[in-house]
Amino acid sequence: MTPLASYLIVAALLFSIGLAGALTRRNAILVLIGIELMLNAANLNLIAFWRYGPHPEALTGMMFAIFSIAVAAAEAAVGLGLVISIHRHAHTTDLDAMNRMKG
Amino acid sequence: MSIAFYLIAALTVAGGLAAVLLKNTVHCALALTVAFAGLALFFLQLDAQFAGFAQILVYIGAVAILVVFAILLTRGSETPKDGVFSRNWLAGLVIAAGVFAVLGWAVLQSVSVLPHETAAPTVTVLQIGNALMRRYVLPLEIVALLLTAALIGAVIVAMHEKEGAR
Repeated sequence: MTPLASYLIVAALLFSIGLAGALTRRNAILVLIGIELMLNAANLNLIAFWRYGPHPEALTGMMFAIFSIAVAAAEAAVGLGLVISIHRHAHTTDLDAMNRMKG
Repeated sequence: MSIAFYLIAALTVAGGLAAVLLKNTVHCALALTVAFAGLALFFLQLDAQFAGFAQILVYIGAVAILVVFAILLTRGSETPKDGVFSRNWLAGLVIAAGVFAVLGWAVLQSVSVLPHETAAPTVTVLQIGNALMRRYVLPLEIVALLLTAALIGAVIVAMHEKEGAR
């Protein structure tokens, strides 16, 4: 197996772990943790393809990963702000208990 | 593959598994930090030093701290009585296993056409800075705008609303 394939397998495994966490946990913060794991697995793919791709000096994959890290940071800040706001309103972070759009 | 790859892979996957499986939410956040550190080591092993250190600064330095703050502010560390997993956890597990099966099958099918070992690219921070300031200056400005908007948005969303002000 080539090194690139091993990195892709690890990234796929991490993505699936994050997806399982996002789909099965009750706590909204744990769902956000799962989403962060999925984003990180995608970043690992980007960096691995950049490293073993034909033109690493063009820096395309590296730039994509850096911008992806920045966007993921913004997503985490807004998501956790929303969780805190919902907790203040409904006094729970249990996603199974949140079944109304109206406050 | 080198022994370092397997060690880092085991660390990262164990951290990720612990982050989604542990009962105590604070422990989950700490396990998430381990997974982030493993990914940063992967980036360093892939000769992407800048991305590796950006990963450490942004994820371990900022996102993990933010997650811990959110857990403490919402008292999420208390384990709920009726379990930490959702009612339809089996469906979620099946979907995740299916996604992994498809991704793993796709990777294993394309092993023969994937590029082989190449010489390590020599990328300096100077080159990255030049690329960011020249070719990628417009995305950089858009990301700056996005981060400003996210900062203001997060503060407004989480701001304490006054009694009777709605």
